[in-house]
Amino acid sequence: MKSSAGLHFKTYLLISLMVIFGPLGNVLLGKGMKRIGAVSIATPAGALDFLSRVVSSGTIWLGIASLIIFFGANMLVLSWADYSYVQPASSVAYGMSALLAHFLLREAVSPMRWMGVLLICLGVLVVGHTPPRTTEPG
Amino acid sequence: MLIFIFYLLIIGAGTGGELCVSRAMKAVGEVKDFRPAALVGVVFRALRVSWMWAGLGLMATAFFSLLAVLSRENVSVVVPVTALSYVAGALGGKFFLGEQVTPRRWAGVLLVCIGVAVVIVGRR
Repeated sequence: MKSSAGLHFKTYLLISLMVIFGPLGNVLLGKGMKRIGAVSIATPAGALDFLSRVVSSGTIWLGIASLIIFFGANMLVLSWADYSYVQPASSVAYGMSALLAHFLLREAVSPMRWMGVLLICLGVLVVGHTPPRTTEPG
Repeated sequence: MLIFIFYLLIIGAGTGGELCVSRAMKAVGEVKDFRPAALVGVVFRALRVSWMWAGLGLMATAFFSLLAVLSRENVSVVVPVTALSYVAGALGGKFFLGEQVTPRRWAGVLLVCIGVAVVIVGRR
């Protein structure tokens, strides 16, 4: 088990990038898809129509760019930290997504839904105090 | 019904994909050099690991399922529901990657699950 300050610093730095760009990507995708609307993808023609609308949306490309930054940070952090540590720790992003959806997309979020999001964040806090690596490097 | 399948794909394929990517990155080894040229090298080394390709395929499946669900539902519902992947993640970390999941971590995962359930109940 390794728990040097440096390991923690780069772990937290990359997780911060994940927490910012993951939710931003989701919100941009949501915005783009809402504009495209519900598309039937049960038939090949419907699926093609869906794909062509997706690739011609600038908002979706911005969302994809955000998610690529998220994915890059995620991949780097997974080269040394445990998956079951990184995944819950980065889940602060779930609360962030709800906040961004409310303020940027003006989604109506019920008090109960906020409560659920808060519980998710609490779960994350509990998980965040466990060591970043329990397996030996190799 | 269709939306239920998409949610399953987001959670199942998404978690499976991340587990495969995690396994591939562990094979690549800890990244210590963050200069752009070195990072490009990491990407090429990662792409030589077959787990990475399996992971990318699964994550692409999850991505298009996410797009399909987002065209029908609000971000503030979809994203919290996908947090259900935490259960799959902790189980996968334990049984697929051989990581030790501490009781405390399990407790956190449980809290996340309860949160997701509350979000689903408060959906409308």
